[in-house]
Amino acid sequence: MQNIKSNIWNNLDWVTIGLYFLLVTLGWLNIYSSVFSEDQLQESFFTTRYGRQLLWIGACFVIIVIALAVDSKFYSSFAYLIYALAIMLLLAVLIFGTRINGAKSWFVIGPVRIQPAEFAKFATALALSKFLSFYNLKPEKFKTLLMFGLLIVAPAGFILLQNDTGSALVFFVFFLVYFREGMPSVYLLFGILAMVLFVVSLLFETYIIIIVLEILALLAFFVFYRKQHETLIAAAILLIGTLITWFGISYFRPETSKTLLVLAGLLISSVLFLIQMYKHKLKTGFFILLVLFSSILFAFSVNYFFDNVLDDYQQRRIKVLLGIESDPFGAGYNVNQSMIAIGSGGPIGKGYLQGTQTKFKFVPEQSTDFIFCTVGEEWGFVGTTFVLLLFLALLMRLLFLAERQKSKFSRIYGYSVASILFFHVAINVGMTIGLAPVIGIPLPFFSYGGSSLWGFTFLLFIFIKLDSNRTQLIT
Amino acid sequence: MNPFINRKYIVGGIFALIILIFISRLFILQVIDPSYKLSASNNVLRYITQYPARGLVYDRNGKLLVYNEASYDLMVIPKQVEAFDTAEFCKMLDLTKEQVLARLKAAKTYSYYKPSVFEKQISARAFAPFQEKLYTYKGFFVQTRTLRKYPQKIGAHVLGYIGEVNDEITKADPYYNPGDYIGISGVEKSYEEVLRGKKGVEIFMVDVHNRIKGSYKNGRYDTAAVHGGNLKITIDATLQAYGEDLMRNKRGSIVAIEPSTGEVLAFISSPSFDPDLLVGRNRTENYQILKNDSLLPLFDRPLMARYPPGSTFKTINALIGLQEKILWPSRTYSCVGGYRAGNFFMGCHNHYSPLNVKQSIQHSCNAYYAHEFRDLLDHPKFGSVENAYETWRNYVVSFGFGQKLGIDLPHEVNGYIPTLNYYKRIHGTKLKSLNIVSLAIGQGELLMTPIQMANMTATICNKGYFFTPHVIKELPEEFNSLKSAFLEKHKTAIDSVYFKEVIEGMFLAVNGTDGGTARIAQMNGIQICGKTGTAENPHGEDHSIFIAFAPKENPKIAMAVYVENAGFGATWAAPIASLMIEKYITDTITRPYLEQHILEKNLIDAKH
Repeated sequence: MQNIKSNIWNNLDWVTIGLYFLLVTLGWLNIYSSVFSEDQLQESFFTTRYGRQLLWIGACFVIIVIALAVDSKFYSSFAYLIYALAIMLLLAVLIFGTRINGAKSWFVIGPVRIQPAEFAKFATALALSKFLSFYNLKPEKFKTLLMFGLLIVAPAGFILLQNDTGSALVFFVFFLVYFREGMPSVYLLFGILAMVLFVVSLLFETYIIIIVLEILALLAFFVFYRKQHETLIAAAILLIGTLITWFGISYFRPETSKTLLVLAGLLISSVLFLIQMYKHKLKTGFFILLVLFSSILFAFSVNYFFDNVLDDYQQRRIKVLLGIESDPFGAGYNVNQSMIAIGSGGPIGKGYLQGTQTKFKFVPEQSTDFIFCTVGEEWGFVGTTFVLLLFLALLMRLLFLAERQKSKFSRIYGYSVASILFFHVAINVGMTIGLAPVIGIPLPFFSYGGSSLWGFTFLLFIFIKLDSNRTQLIT
Repeated sequence: MNPFINRKYIVGGIFALIILIFISRLFILQVIDPSYKLSASNNVLRYITQYPARGLVYDRNGKLLVYNEASYDLMVIPKQVEAFDTAEFCKMLDLTKEQVLARLKAAKTYSYYKPSVFEKQISARAFAPFQEKLYTYKGFFVQTRTLRKYPQKIGAHVLGYIGEVNDEITKADPYYNPGDYIGISGVEKSYEEVLRGKKGVEIFMVDVHNRIKGSYKNGRYDTAAVHGGNLKITIDATLQAYGEDLMRNKRGSIVAIEPSTGEVLAFISSPSFDPDLLVGRNRTENYQILKNDSLLPLFDRPLMARYPPGSTFKTINALIGLQEKILWPSRTYSCVGGYRAGNFFMGCHNHYSPLNVKQSIQHSCNAYYAHEFRDLLDHPKFGSVENAYETWRNYVVSFGFGQKLGIDLPHEVNGYIPTLNYYKRIHGTKLKSLNIVSLAIGQGELLMTPIQMANMTATICNKGYFFTPHVIKELPEEFNSLKSAFLEKHKTAIDSVYFKEVIEGMFLAVNGTDGGTARIAQMNGIQICGKTGTAENPHGEDHSIFIAFAPKENPKIAMAVYVENAGFGATWAAPIASLMIEKYITDTITRPYLEQHILEKNLIDAKH
């Protein structure tokens, strides 16, 4: 017994644990500063946010002990069960949950508020690790992608229904993990194409996008076949088809939208093009056409998604970020304030507890989503860089640990932990400096709130536990 | 061993790249770009919201109904407050020392650093002496606001009032901050987006002594306030004022509509109140008084009061009868001083018999409509009484009854036209025409609002169509879409040819040489058509109703008048309508004795 205990002690990765405690401590100091003001000196310690956060941090020790005490095999053996439980909790919170700040994603039990979405993050990480570590898995198969997609879309979908868009988006970071495990690069390419299309279809009208896509498709055609003549013919077919429908239809029905006109032109040209390809047995041309049409479909669904699924305020935030709208007092307010606060810190900051922008409560959600502003204002560029490098160090350390695992399960879980943390840091810090849309997700270990702190702690320490048994082969 | 091992560099690279981008961005923000930095002397920014003046409201002839007057909100930033001469301060603001301390405490509870409102709506007169001393009170500053003013003191229910936003609104709409104003009723509510304009903001640099050091970044982040859009409403101020005078000391309402457009000319709910009462520092107090008044002055009678239509509804039954060929112009029924069917007897008043369609309206014969209504419901062509009732009900609904008409004022109610299911519940499964014969004369379960009744009148004089009643006439061009719903013609299910008989009957009711129920409304020079009604009221004396339009050819005005607890329709409602019509069409009153008679009548105190 003694032997096993000391074994764990020695095998723990103290670098990661050190980074963890450093981040938690820095986080608390900044929460203290962001909440601190004279009027709150009258309040008793544990009713203030920094007082409560200290309680949550204390509770983390219990979580750490639990995470380390449970046998490593438990996590892999019960991965799917834990996942199923998480999905059930997500379902339950939709029915029995309490609505806080517009998101119906909390269970309130007495003084404790629990967010099943936090639980779902590590449960999904476990399930994916289990799934991707299956010895006979063929990562390049479409079926794998489908299963993988199902595993992340289920929790993400339920969380989206809870009106917690931010937490739902987190799940898509798992594609990074899949990528490491052999996702075909072409998916990554499609992912990037989809992201670009998303932004572009909000910026430009649909018919312009269709025309640009058509040109791209022609280019792709040329690149694949290196046949100038055929490409020119295809281009001519497209041009003539488009012109005929454009002028033809708009003559008879002048109110027809430009998008429909261009689309009709493309459809007619595609039929001609398909016949040509069938004659010459050009398979790739068919594939290009397929990609072209799915891209157009995607562009349409982006607009539909944007107008019908996203709330008004989310639409506005994205529009402000993309520069479609400028609204320093509406949707852009938080970001503008946050950038002024961070900018006002200068190279070395105003000093601890000396921030004015943040004290004046110009920045909303100062201790939760916008905690990074306090760092920026009081510690300046030196402080922000230090905190970011700390996070980078933790991420790199996690990748290093993941790569040294014997078991595939542990490695994949390690990548999941790193990816989740990375996504939170990227979005949270990104939104405070105007590089990401304002979706309310916390900065790991920094932001005020027990639920997220416990979630990240548990997530991380399960991996530390797995790592302590890295020599074993867990399946 | 693992073919994808090299991908760890890609993942790590992505992590490092993003962090690197962030650090570069932070370097620009914090070190290079000066625009996000404040000066090192710990200066702070003060955001002063520039409140736009709310849009003005004019009547249809351009007469000003609502304008703004400046007032001042005294703001405080607790952190910057220093000891000051409380005695002088209290005296100037007319506050006690305890009040001052309590408010300071409240402000501290809200925020030490952010401004809160210390004293609201200080009038320009009270503010002048205070302004000179303001600099001695550190931490206090002033924000200019505007108050609504009503030069005509009329139309309280149409114009509505504004009030502070509540938490729900500030949460739902980021435009509003606590302390902002929003329209709560009337056009102030329905055209809030037009009237409110757009807030602006000025950012100042303020030093620790609360002195403004100048504008931040030369106003780079300032936005100018945009003046609210002005409205021209369809109300005729002269007519509205006259109607309110006539209705003084009476309960009820008048709604007058221009039939060719659906524009509401007068919208009177009596007793009314001076709209100025709900503005300024005494607003809450006055609101409580009005709210607790047993005569319900805040109650928007034209849109919310539901009464049976009484005999005015015979016009609709006549039209349905004509359309369904139960009636034809020469169709007569006899009246034996009422209508008898077995043990059932419905009384009628004294007139000759038999009567044809227009005479039945002229003399408001109950028996005629009891016969007609039962003949309709029991007609074999419908197959069953239920089917006949459904047919009848569809006609009624096509006049806009039993539903909100969609006027551009808030709080409109549906009214009620009983459904077949309702009767099935009351009378069992088999519907008998005799059981519901009171519908023939507009009694029973029917409930209509005055606006619906006025709309019915407009529909009759238009011979079968109406435009949704509305009060907006003109508004800034970018909001024109708000008006589009009012340009659509709504057709009833009655063919226009059948209206002639009813209009003729209504003309005779006022002008008939052989008697008519509304002779009192008759006047020389204008051909008034009207129909009296009396709504049975289980709680007291019957309500007096009169619907009328004039002139008979090319009508300019159609209206419904309700006077509560005033007995027969002819007694009070008819002369009021007649005077209103005269006032609107000729702008003079040729019957001062009649006017005097109405103005002097007090129908409220007699009962209280």
